[in-house]
Amino acid sequence: MIRFRNVTRRYPRTGAALEDVTFHVRKGEFAFLTGHSGAGKTTVLHLTHFQTLPTEGQVQVSRYNSARIKRRQIPDLRRRVGYVFQDFKLLDRLTAWENVAFALQVTGTPHKAIEKKVQRLLSQVGLAAKARSLPEELSGGERQRVVTARALATDPLILLADEPTGNLDPRAADGVFQLFRTINRLGMTVLLATHDADLIRRNPEVRVLELEHGRLVLDSAPGATDGDADDGPSRSGADGGPAGAGRREEIA
Amino acid sequence: MRPVREALASFRRAPLLGGLSITAIGLSLLILGLFGVSAHNIGSAISDVERRVEVVGYLLDDASEEQVRIARTEMEAFPEIEEVRYVSKTEALVNARRDLVEFSDVYQDLEVNPLPASIHLRLRPGYRDTESVEAVAQRLAGYPFVEDVRFGEGWVEELFALRRLAAGAAAVLGGTFAVVAVLLIGTSVRMAILSRSEEIEIMQTVGASEGYIQRPFLVEGALTGLLGGLIALGLTRLGYDFFQGRLSGFENILWLPETWIVAGVLGATALGVVAAWFAVWRELGKAYAV
Repeated sequence: MIRFRNVTRRYPRTGAALEDVTFHVRKGEFAFLTGHSGAGKTTVLHLTHFQTLPTEGQVQVSRYNSARIKRRQIPDLRRRVGYVFQDFKLLDRLTAWENVAFALQVTGTPHKAIEKKVQRLLSQVGLAAKARSLPEELSGGERQRVVTARALATDPLILLADEPTGNLDPRAADGVFQLFRTINRLGMTVLLATHDADLIRRNPEVRVLELEHGRLVLDSAPGATDGDADDGPSRSGADGGPAGAGRREEIA
Repeated sequence: MRPVREALASFRRAPLLGGLSITAIGLSLLILGLFGVSAHNIGSAISDVERRVEVVGYLLDDASEEQVRIARTEMEAFPEIEEVRYVSKTEALVNARRDLVEFSDVYQDLEVNPLPASIHLRLRPGYRDTESVEAVAQRLAGYPFVEDVRFGEGWVEELFALRRLAAGAAAVLGGTFAVVAVLLIGTSVRMAILSRSEEIEIMQTVGASEGYIQRPFLVEGALTGLLGGLIALGLTRLGYDFFQGRLSGFENILWLPETWIVAGVLGATALGVVAAWFAVWRELGKAYAV
């Protein structure tokens, strides 16, 4: 589903943000992407979302390949890849309902279908009762749920989350994380960037990809980097067993 | 309809910015409009003069009627020639008596008509340039019964130099103000894009097509150009009325032809689209890696 093959991303002024990174996240898998600030987590997410292209190597997301994708295909890809930001990026003047509906309107969903779908999405993230609230009237956790509902609006196959719990208190963070686990159990591939060591330690069954200075220094499901592996759930997926437990303790 | 609705909403959100851009574009294009009126009047005056460009061949007194008839037929077949007119010696004298009133006494007392017969050649539009006039003059001079050929050598050349100068000035001034208009509209659209950057980022993130995101800004550019063009047109008309009503010598100045007006307003609209497209391309293209 997400395949990085010897991916390097260099920037003219700051040098390499990512260096020779190879991994494969299978369909329906849940993986943590971790590392210190500046380790390259966001670059991995940007590459997966085709906000940037690799300087070397290839990124394959679903049927889209970085070496062959055409510019006009990028919006299609992005509808297949939901993106959750740490800082929410909600439109302040719109209610929770309107923020979710916005994603549907701008991607051409027929007007009649929008109402039903927004209702369903807000119920799915547990916010049906706050549909008419403005972002400023919502707690951090609730805002992140609205963002998640918006990311799910286009029925993506993959959900990318960039430090989604970074601005939340532990209880709200856990709630949001459990929401992602539920979404994953419904079959969606989830790649969650975090530097929250506690979160990783509390969820030993989840695969961990750790970056350090742009290099992948740990993949707790090393078999998953096998280029010819099937695109089915990996052994360290949501329902898989613990992997890389020793290194996980080190991270923690 | 959505792009138009959003473009209008953008004007409502920042009326001052939109108004300033439109006014600034209107003022830039006003200069162009006033120059257009001048250029049109200069052009019209030149055309008037051009229509009078004539090559005149004065004939020897012993030229026979048959020779002249054959020459006229030949000359009428030249592609450059619009009209061939023969003025006999008698007609020349009648004309002289009529036109040169001061010398009417001199012409009254003549026993022998000293004026020569002449052939007057009027040239077709497109052949009134110096080269064509000289070529026709040379051909006319080639007839053995033609004693002398006149075509106002000096002023024909000056006339065309003036026309070239007017065309050059129009191109330079037009180009300069077009660039100014593009920069102004581009800045205005860029500001509109920046004021909606959050919204645009979300659209790009969730997978709105580029066309969907760009169209309102292109429409905004077109509307800015169109309104600027209409303001310029209105102000140019005010300026025209002002000069025509108040200054002597300006009573007969011509207003712009309709085709120029339509072309000017459409041109301003097109400039708006081009400027907006550049702004959109620069500001929105960054989100697409390819």
